[in-house]
Amino acid sequence: MSITAEYIKEKLQRELEATHIDVEDTSPNHCGSAFNVTIVSAKFEGKPLLQRHRLVNACLEEELKDIHAFSQKTLTPEQWQKQQK
Amino acid sequence: MSRVFLTTARFLRTQGARSAFLRALSSEAADTGSREHIDGLVKKDKVVVFMKGVPQQPMCGFSNAVVQILRMHGVDNYSSYNVLEDENLRQGIKDYSSWPTIPQVFLSGEFVGGCDILLQMHQNGDLVEELQKVGIRSALLDKQPDTDKDKQ
Repeated sequence: MSITAEYIKEKLQRELEATHIDVEDTSPNHCGSAFNVTIVSAKFEGKPLLQRHRLVNACLEEELKDIHAFSQKTLTPEQWQKQQK
Repeated sequence: MSRVFLTTARFLRTQGARSAFLRALSSEAADTGSREHIDGLVKKDKVVVFMKGVPQQPMCGFSNAVVQILRMHGVDNYSSYNVLEDENLRQGIKDYSSWPTIPQVFLSGEFVGGCDILLQMHQNGDLVEELQKVGIRSALLDKQPDTDKDKQ
């Protein structure tokens, strides 16, 4: 069973109460082994980068065992808004 | 000679003895993944990188990115360990830092992050500061005047 972008999106949205999520399957043929993820969540506020990434890693602990490449960007709603301008 | 072999074979016939024998065989190799061993590795140098391949020939895009970022900052003298050559180290370093992926970067024995984090620290300027904290002057600081001159 391969992991889908939709599955990751749903799980992160649920567990990190994300207000915005982009999940891109960057594996060849979209076979679910490489993902690029952008997550916007208020839960990241006041947390340094390492802790934010740890939150995401913990949420996808099981899935990451089967994912070979995982890139993440973790933003607070405020940072995300600034980036949109 | 054959008697020794027979005795050994008889000895190994019991399951418990067999696994004890295998453990004894692999105990030396398992050490490279132990907390104590890795603790020594990360504290041995100001900058320590666990990666796939070697800096001269990285075997993965993420490991390559880390090498290139460090190079941009003029950091060439760091310890690197190729996890592809040591399965125990590969798993051990993940357990040590509670981080699921390779590469992993350590500054003065402290875990900094993987490729994503190093790249973002490079982009937002934090890496220059973090290097400074461990007594390394980033080469990008010296290049700054040149780029200013180019702009004028």
